[in-house]
Amino acid sequence: MMNVAIVFIIGIGTYLIRLSFVAAVGRKTVPEWAMVPLQFVAPAVLAALVAPAVLLQNGRFDLAPSTNPRALAALIAILVAWKTKNTALVIIVGMSIVWFLQAVT
Amino acid sequence: MLDGAQAVAPMMLGVIPFGLVFGIVAAGSALGPLLGGASSMIVFAGAAQLAMVDLIDAGAATVVVIATALIINARHIMYSAALAPHFQDFPTPARFALPYVMTDQAFAVSIVRYNDVDDPVYKQWYFTGAAVTLWIVWQLSTITGIVVGAQVPDSWSLDFAIPLVFLVLLVPAVKSRPDLVAAVVGGGIAVAAAGAPYGLGLMIGAVCGIVAGVIAHRVIR
Repeated sequence: MMNVAIVFIIGIGTYLIRLSFVAAVGRKTVPEWAMVPLQFVAPAVLAALVAPAVLLQNGRFDLAPSTNPRALAALIAILVAWKTKNTALVIIVGMSIVWFLQAVT
Repeated sequence: MLDGAQAVAPMMLGVIPFGLVFGIVAAGSALGPLLGGASSMIVFAGAAQLAMVDLIDAGAATVVVIATALIINARHIMYSAALAPHFQDFPTPARFALPYVMTDQAFAVSIVRYNDVDDPVYKQWYFTGAAVTLWIVWQLSTITGIVVGAQVPDSWSLDFAIPLVFLVLLVPAVKSRPDLVAAVVGGGIAVAAAGAPYGLGLMIGAVCGIVAGVIAHRVIR
């Protein structure tokens, strides 16, 4: 039940965010003080999502390929994403490296 | 309408695997296949949906799950502001319905096209074509992921596909040195704060990253 409420609240909140300026007649620009922080939402949030997932293993900072294959796989995935911007390829390359490192170590 | 659909077509290469991953992850999560699938219609925002599932599974506090998802979607304020001058000429039902299907992709192709055209009717259907195409593809790929997801064993480490999808979004989002500062600080603090109670680590990292980006923006300029 709680999860149903969470999904609906996020859904309604997201709709209201998208509607915000479109519905506001008259004021059509984001004030400067809000515009600058908004620009950094994407890089900050996405990095905060990625970093713990790839740099931590069982809650501890770990870069060794033998115990945490995800760190090395993520590094290579960044290069592939940077060069190709191809989502499917990044997933395939990243997953393959993790599977390979899991198999050999 | 077809023009808009055509403009977003190449972006489906990014949307389909993303939707598949979300479907697979949602099916195996506390959210379950039904609510996971429904969330694609109710929320219709991939990154926020994925973070939501991740946090719910990690046992994060309800308020934190909601706040984190809404911070991720805060970028839509910019899109809403940029599209508003164009949308104000649309009929009222369209003005209130179209924001529901607003996405990074539909915004990106429309705002570019709007530079070249003045006809509000064309603008309305261009956005509709782009946004609705994406909506349909997102629902279909999510559902496919949910169906497939029931058969994927844990040993495949498919949860690693989540950060990989975010990486694909992150790399092009870093366009300047302040962006890089925001990303490094956001990621670094999120790692340091990973043990924070209520699943607050992600939000603490994100807020610190945004603040660091603003400071870097001031200093570098």
